Amino acid sequence: MNAVSSKYSRKDTGWRLFLKTIIARAYPRLIGQQREVSWLVFDVVMPMLAVVAYVFVYRALNAPEEYIGFVVMGGAMTAFWMNILWSMSSQLYWEKEQGNLALYIMAPNSMMAILLGMALGGMLATAMRAIAVTLLGSLMFGVTYEVTSFLQLFTVFMLAMVALYGMGMMMASAFLLFGREAWHMANLAQEPIFLASGFYFPIKSLPFWVAAGASVIPLTLGMDAMRQLIFSSGFQFGFMTVRFEIIILAVMSVVFVVTAKFLLAYVEKIAVREGRVTESRR
Amino acid sequence: MAAWLGWLIESNWTDPFLFAVYSIVKPLSGAAILVIMYGIISGGNFNTPLFPYIYLGNAFYIYVGAVMTGVSWAVVDDREHYKTLKYMYIAPIYIPVYLLGRGVARFITGSIAVFITIMAGVLFLKVPLHFADINWGLFLVTLILGVVMLALLGLLLAGITLTVARHEGFIGEATAGALYIFSGAVFPLDVLPAWIRPVGYFMPTTYWLELLRRSLVGNVAQAFPTLANFSNLQILGILLGLSVFFGTVSIWVFRYCDRLARERGLIDHTTNY
Repeated sequence: MNAVSSKYSRKDTGWRLFLKTIIARAYPRLIGQQREVSWLVFDVVMPMLAVVAYVFVYRALNAPEEYIGFVVMGGAMTAFWMNILWSMSSQLYWEKEQGNLALYIMAPNSMMAILLGMALGGMLATAMRAIAVTLLGSLMFGVTYEVTSFLQLFTVFMLAMVALYGMGMMMASAFLLFGREAWHMANLAQEPIFLASGFYFPIKSLPFWVAAGASVIPLTLGMDAMRQLIFSSGFQFGFMTVRFEIIILAVMSVVFVVTAKFLLAYVEKIAVREGRVTESRR
Repeated sequence: MAAWLGWLIESNWTDPFLFAVYSIVKPLSGAAILVIMYGIISGGNFNTPLFPYIYLGNAFYIYVGAVMTGVSWAVVDDREHYKTLKYMYIAPIYIPVYLLGRGVARFITGSIAVFITIMAGVLFLKVPLHFADINWGLFLVTLILGVVMLALLGLLLAGITLTVARHEGFIGEATAGALYIFSGAVFPLDVLPAWIRPVGYFMPTTYWLELLRRSLVGNVAQAFPTLANFSNLQILGILLGLSVFFGTVSIWVFRYCDRLARERGLIDHTTNY
């Protein structure tokens, strides 16, 4: 009886359980960084290799210096997209492969809280890598920044992150249905997205409808707005006005997170009904 | 058999359409990023020597990721994912040959990607490739020599992969990424800072890509000063010499790492990462 009434046995419910689940799922994402610190080096070096290569391509072409900054920023933002693909979208599929998904569903917590925790932890951990890539790239290639509005920059970044991780939560449910194809889907969504979203060049350079279609990925508009806000000549390269991009990102944030909730409930129902929760097909 | 196994694993028994799409879409997207970057800065002028230099270098570089990383990735796949490496070791097969065989599947998928990328360049971007002007002899010799060299480099990485646990996934990618920069795959080596260029001169991939470009579009490749003073035969000689050197080092390193891995019980060591 004592054991049951002790503080470790206290039963949390409602919003308290929801919050605790978020923190509990975010915790391994952050603490994992410290377990294998050397991974941080690779996490920074890998995107830097692409950044260095593209910077030298622009140098070989005698491109204006702004483009070097575009590449550095794009390289930093790849960390977020990779995190979405491999640590958000594919995560539930991997949890299923390792046998954790059934435990998640069995436990008396919200799956939405688990996804939010994954997003929060992933976002914070990835932000550190993105900052490291930005600093390193800026120092190596002498990139200078001229922020026109810190408030807008902060708003754009936060909205882009909420929309992006909302999209990641949506994709996590969808990838669960793909089964073995999840790996290919994640693999497929790398270079084509780097291309369509303009990670290494201004999205304005693409045909209008291609750029408009690519704007479904929140990073497309997020990067476009940030480039306009942090580079002195950035406004010349903008696809839309920053104000309009902020509105679109805000709408996306709401739509993606709400859709993720419904999609997750649907997928969970299907997975339980069809017995796919514990299925592992290597 | 290892090659066939590799093919089945690479295609993951999945929808062939999806597999084909991503085998084609990924390399074409990678090339398209460079094409757009080039197009923006050059104002759409694709008739300069730099464009085919970049385009062909990037296209053939697909082999580096496919073959070199493919051979070393077989260790990760078999040890961590499928947990079958220990069975391969106790089977009456020669492990280096098995690993090289696994790389063959990646060579095939890589070849498809290279072919499609080059064809897209010829058909849509006016890459000046005229079949009658191609030095086929030089092209085939260079291609074969390069693929063997890359496979042996893959064996070197496979050896290192055997001895590490938590960084194995990064080794191939990091090496391929570094070679992309130091080999002048998408820009002439002269663009690199002078103090870093010697690294590029020591890499066999630099000479391999140069010879491939020369065999396909000779006059274009020779427009750049990096290796302009060397004849095709001289570059082939350097490539052969460096391939023998790196091949010997690779075999030695693999044997050493293989022995180390057996002694330390790393053959069936999994991390679940």
